[in-house]
Amino acid sequence: MRSFSGRKFPGKLIIVEGIDGSGKSTQLSLLSHWLRSRGFGVVFSEWNSSPLVKETTRRGKKKDMFTPTTFSLIHATDFADRSERQILPPLRAGSIVCADRYAFTAFARDMARGVSRRWVRNLYRFAVRPALAFYFRVPLDVALGRILGGREALKYYEAGMDLHLSRDVEESFRLFQGRIIDEYEAMIDEFDFKVVDATLSIEEQQTQIRGIVEEELNLSHANGLLKSPWKGFANGNGIAAHFL
Amino acid sequence: MAMESPLTFYDDGLPGIDVGPLCGKLVVVEGPDGVGRTTQITLLRTWLEHSGHAVMDTGLLRSALVGKTIKQAKLGNTLAPLTLSLFYATDIADRLENEIIPALRAGFVVLTDRYIYSSMARAIARGTDPAWIRAVFGFALRPHAIYYLRCSVQDLLPRVVYAKGQFDYWESGMDVRLGKDYYESFERYQTRVMRALDAMAQRYQFEIVDASRSPDKVFRDLQRRISKLLHEKRGKRRAKAKGKAAREAARAPEPGPEPVAEVQSLAAVEG
Repeated sequence: MRSFSGRKFPGKLIIVEGIDGSGKSTQLSLLSHWLRSRGFGVVFSEWNSSPLVKETTRRGKKKDMFTPTTFSLIHATDFADRSERQILPPLRAGSIVCADRYAFTAFARDMARGVSRRWVRNLYRFAVRPALAFYFRVPLDVALGRILGGREALKYYEAGMDLHLSRDVEESFRLFQGRIIDEYEAMIDEFDFKVVDATLSIEEQQTQIRGIVEEELNLSHANGLLKSPWKGFANGNGIAAHFL
Repeated sequence: MAMESPLTFYDDGLPGIDVGPLCGKLVVVEGPDGVGRTTQITLLRTWLEHSGHAVMDTGLLRSALVGKTIKQAKLGNTLAPLTLSLFYATDIADRLENEIIPALRAGFVVLTDRYIYSSMARAIARGTDPAWIRAVFGFALRPHAIYYLRCSVQDLLPRVVYAKGQFDYWESGMDVRLGKDYYESFERYQTRVMRALDAMAQRYQFEIVDASRSPDKVFRDLQRRISKLLHEKRGKRRAKAKGKAAREAARAPEPGPEPVAEVQSLAAVEG
């Protein structure tokens, strides 16, 4: 079964994936600033952020109301809402959409929770196939260290505590996120992930990413696919270029 | 009654849920908006309880997880078809896991006022790919009986006005604007919904109940059918003792989701 909708758009969808603490959000944020300064219209879409759904997810998580199926469905609902409002219309208008996590998060996480692969793949079949998908590969210990450096404790669902893999939160996190990493690794070829070594310095990673994005955008420009709001703006001759 | 007694899922089902020991009955009353489902369920519940059955009734949007959220979202103007469908799927999954299956395990007769079929029909009426939405609802339990209350759209129109005093925005499909006013949009939208339900009748083994008759006659018809269904229960229970082999055999193979040319569900976004 085909995983994504085959529709083509004048815009570009760039997404980042990886476990919590892999540093993907930092990298995407740097990338989107850079793209804006180059004169592109950039829309940012974050996993689990739809105003229609967010409150329910928050409440459900707080009260441990989710099962693997409802957890999967509520995230798909969030994704559908963002697709219909935040992702598709800007892509049709020729913008770059940067998504922090995408359907692959659901593929990896829901399968780690025991949801059927066939079912969850079908669930997201309406999703647009990204032009670029970056996967931030990071060892568990590094991710764990980054998360706990930023806040007090691991979250219930992030640690997969609902699966009762272990009573120890850190141990449960390792087991659950380990499964997710296995799922991600298995998708690299299938979905043409660009693998980023997330143990490198922030600057090194960003340079790599910009290089890949640049190549993709140049290609599209040559084909007349990507539109910038003003003529000549996105070719390095934009406002930012005058200031630099 | 052509349905198997032990409950099975339509497809891969709900992970971690064993349907082996469910001894209750799952009865679905389906049909378009305004056809009289709720009236019938109220009557059936009273009758069944008088006859000594433990009854639980449930219906769309009653889940603790998302019921309120969907009602609130429907008050706004930003709810697009795909999101609506997945919200309904979440609602049904939550009620299956937290209400319906526990009640069936305890031996209740579960009367559900609409089930996955209405949700699928609405999605299809809004342009969603039928194979996609069918596969989404593959987690659902296959009921013991599905009574499809059916009447013509022309019969529905006066009933809706009589019962509610006005046309409802969503029941009229105003989000997809099929007509220039409520009346016209309702007529066209409900025609689509009904066509989608009719198309499911065979696949899902609906029992079609003529709902153009008086509520009284419809009730007696349903009573007859349900009596027969509950009577069968004892026979089936004895059959159950014959062992696991029989149960395995009863897990009728449901064809998986078919490959589809294109998911058209985002048609509404394109305008």
